[in-house]
Amino acid sequence: MIADALAGGFTEAPVQSARAFREVLEAMARPGTIRRVVGALPPAPVSVAAGVVLLTLCDGTTPLYLAGAADCAAMRDWVAFHIGAPLVTAEYAAFALGRWEDLNPITRFRVGQPDYPDRSATLIVEQDKLTNQGPALTGPGIETANWLNLPETAAFRANRALFPLGFDTIFTAGDQIAGLPRSTRVEAI
Amino acid sequence: MTDEAYNFAYLDEQTKAMIRRAILKGIAVPGYQVPFASREMPMPYGWGTGGVQVTAACLVPEDRLKVIDQGADDTTNAVSIRKFFARTAGVATTERTVEATMIQTRHRIPEVPMKAGQILVFQVPIPEPLRFLEPREAETRKMHELEEYGLMHVKLYEDIARHGQIATSYAYPVKVEGRYVMDPSPIPKFDNPKLSCSPAIQLFGAGREQRIYALPPWTKVESLDFDDHPFKATKAAHDCDLCAAGDSYLDEVIIDDQGGRMFVCSDTDFCAGRRAKGHKGRLWAPEPEAAE
Ligand SMILES: [Zn+2]
Repeated sequence: MIADALAGGFTEAPVQSARAFREVLEAMARPGTIRRVVGALPPAPVSVAAGVVLLTLCDGTTPLYLAGAADCAAMRDWVAFHIGAPLVTAEYAAFALGRWEDLNPITRFRVGQPDYPDRSATLIVEQDKLTNQGPALTGPGIETANWLNLPETAAFRANRALFPLGFDTIFTAGDQIAGLPRSTRVEAI
Repeated sequence: MTDEAYNFAYLDEQTKAMIRRAILKGIAVPGYQVPFASREMPMPYGWGTGGVQVTAACLVPEDRLKVIDQGADDTTNAVSIRKFFARTAGVATTERTVEATMIQTRHRIPEVPMKAGQILVFQVPIPEPLRFLEPREAETRKMHELEEYGLMHVKLYEDIARHGQIATSYAYPVKVEGRYVMDPSPIPKFDNPKLSCSPAIQLFGAGREQRIYALPPWTKVESLDFDDHPFKATKAAHDCDLCAAGDSYLDEVIIDDQGGRMFVCSDTDFCAGRRAKGHKGRLWAPEPEAAE
């Protein structure tokens, strides 16, 4: 268990986190575009991409909620060793990791305060795959429209209706990421 | 090669992660000012420590960095920041807008249109556009929350009443995606239209005031105006005296003690690029009429 926990982090954190952040930034700034990240090997069933996002954005100051199968002993040890984020329940999370069904009900997550909308959760949603097929996405970061295979549309439309409040989402699958900030309008399907 | 005495891009990993989280929240809520814990940088505040921290959090070793100060690549400020990142991040630098992947700027947007894959980082002295109306932070936050922007319009309209036009020519306030009123930093209002629907990511960093805000690509940015006094992106009514450009933002330069003056592009790379292509301005060619 401990041996597993020691492995799978960044071997050259300053440069690896810089490259990873740039991909995350482009992904969030251009909602629905799919990008690749490298450098992490978290314990199963957590994806490379989710591991990279955690290593890049989280630390001891960011309460983290692990949902479903991601909430396993190996992953808890890995987070403790590489990231140091305190593990919390959904209501207190700055970041949350899990599959969509395990993160539900998503109304538990922080959506920010009217005067501080930035104080909201970022969800890292694990999927089997990411494809540019699905509901149309429009809004900031998108020239005309992008498409992404979202797990559902109603929750994201409800989240958009809260704007400027709302949670922000990073989808992960294998070594791929795609962003869906709260500002994105999601087509009703 | 990076200087081994520093972490990559100078800042420690935890600080960069904190700034990166703030940038992503800024991207998610375009035009909203995200607080962040600004760090001491090895340069004075007036030198754009907010922009420097944002640049440090975004740089990758593969970047090609351009730094401009009022459009010029060769001022002390621009040269120092460029050298700082060449040393601490090992990045290549350039003066050419088209070659740059990351551009840190004080008070200008380059004339050459930005493109996807580029990031423009603005140095911001006073991020709160409502500050001159209301000094209290809790109150301006409330005004943003409630979209209480009436006073801002009143102020602009008083300009019209007094001067016959809106006198604000720098840091002209904008509204982002119909929601947040934002300070575009002290760029000339000539540059305001370039903020809107840019293919590039635009990030704003205020070091002393500890705020980061952002415009994702293709974000709609409107300069505040009135039906009877629509916004105009004005510039000096001249062509550049060096490269003859008629559509670039110009600086007025005194050239002798008889009151002689010339108008030149504030964007030095743009001007040099045009001259290299053979464009000749009034003070470049001896007989400008003959050139036509
Ligand atoms: Zn010129």
